[in-house]
Amino acid sequence: MATNTPDVRSQFTALRMKAPPVYLDCAATAQTPDAVIDAMDEYYRTYCANVHRGMHGLTERATLAYEEARKTVASFVGAMYTSEIIFTKNCTEAINLVARTWAEEHLQKGDTVVLSLLEHHSNIVPWQQLATRKGVHVEWIPVDKEGKIQTGEIDAILQRATVKLVCVTGLSNVTGSRPDIASMTKKAHDAGALILVDAAQLAVHHKVDVQEIDCDFLTFSGHKLYGPTGIGVLYAKRDLLRNMPPFLGGGMMIQDVTMEGFTPAESPARFEAGTPPIAQAIGLKAAIEWLSGYSWEEMEAHEQTLMTACMRVLQRMDGVSVIGPHSATERSGCISFTVDGVHPHDLTDLLGQEGIALRAGHHCAQPLHKHLGVPATSRVSFGIYNTEEEIDLLEKGMKKALDILKI
Amino acid sequence: MDLYAENILDHYRDPRHKGVLANADITHSEANISCGDEVTLHIRIEDNRIADIAWEGTGCAISQAGISILCEELHGMSVHDATALTKEDIYELLGIPVGPRRFKCALLCLHTLKNALHICEGEPVQDWLQTVEIEDE
Repeated sequence: MATNTPDVRSQFTALRMKAPPVYLDCAATAQTPDAVIDAMDEYYRTYCANVHRGMHGLTERATLAYEEARKTVASFVGAMYTSEIIFTKNCTEAINLVARTWAEEHLQKGDTVVLSLLEHHSNIVPWQQLATRKGVHVEWIPVDKEGKIQTGEIDAILQRATVKLVCVTGLSNVTGSRPDIASMTKKAHDAGALILVDAAQLAVHHKVDVQEIDCDFLTFSGHKLYGPTGIGVLYAKRDLLRNMPPFLGGGMMIQDVTMEGFTPAESPARFEAGTPPIAQAIGLKAAIEWLSGYSWEEMEAHEQTLMTACMRVLQRMDGVSVIGPHSATERSGCISFTVDGVHPHDLTDLLGQEGIALRAGHHCAQPLHKHLGVPATSRVSFGIYNTEEEIDLLEKGMKKALDILKI
Repeated sequence: MDLYAENILDHYRDPRHKGVLANADITHSEANISCGDEVTLHIRIEDNRIADIAWEGTGCAISQAGISILCEELHGMSVHDATALTKEDIYELLGIPVGPRRFKCALLCLHTLKNALHICEGEPVQDWLQTVEIEDE
């Protein structure tokens, strides 16, 4: 059964409006279903309290809800233990946490961190900062003209360098291509390295199972998964977490503090200093539960229909060049493209005036854009609530905009 | 009012003063990194006036029309008057509603001019913050 889009759309206040936005920018942030807003609303209105503090009923209820959210996330990614889930501010912070704790402790001068050219800046800059701090090398896995990872190059790097960590996206936010992370994990492990998967895009479009991938670290954010902003997730294997030093210092992350020093708490508290994103965790739980009302098969089929229709529209327009795999079946989530003689900001500004939301720029992936020889692109990205009618509106809007910008 | 007003599109499609100036006294380039807009300005000065001006560049319609419109204005202007130009003057020249998304596109022309003139006077260049916060004198 296909996803019933009108039913899906009816669950979003923004999409029930008289003139709803043609929202094709889900890769930046997804719209929020009412179920998520209601869950956070209920917390703020009826049991707003801090967690793991005090004995009163409100704090007990808030603590239960916060820890239930951790269980929901653990089950969503297939974690073996609930304590393997750390709540952070966003996906970026989750990656930084690994760089500032595990990598800080375990990498030495001369060791190598391997990144793919598909990476978002959030999975590049923390490693460049680490390289500066510790004298660690950063090596890049190249991509071909279609933006696909050249897997053969990984073997070469793993052979010639002392690789301690491979960092790779599960789904590119520019090309929509999906690296084979299970096989990359095996290669990394065979070479004695660990692997971190940035699942910010992947977790929204495909099932993630950390047991199946066997990755060591996996990160994603709430707001791309139909949840709230202000929350991200780090999954890490329990044995790794046990040997990782704390991240930020403060309340909650300690077992004991004296005038002389402190003893850190166990995971996950060790990595969650200060009051955590309580309402956001409750909202994220609601988002995952809401999403689980649909099967991955039907969501994937629905988004593939949109992808095929949109690729067809773009490929038949004059002067449009699509970045990434040419075949719709080899991509998911998004399509980035350029138009000869037209700056992406002009195109998306004019589309925005028609109520059509796309993103323009380098999408926080400057090294990839430089490698592909384009300064900036326009990007269409899909979610569960998008329709084929919206692709038609995009085509009409683009024709109108390009007519205005025509030189 | 429309950001892509007729005068903007006219200058974008048919840019004025675009090219290189062989005998320029100053050549200076600036970029709006977040968008990838680039402008290089060539100025020839005679008797404290802008005797000739030309520019090269790539980028969005707003940035490219902006420098084209500004060059028309600058041609023949005294260096003193050119130095005194403010962001409000640029907004008035462009005649379009420049919002927070596009102000750097619109002010790239001013930023390039300011720093070209600073270099000419042997002064240090100014950063973007100074360009976008310049107050009326």
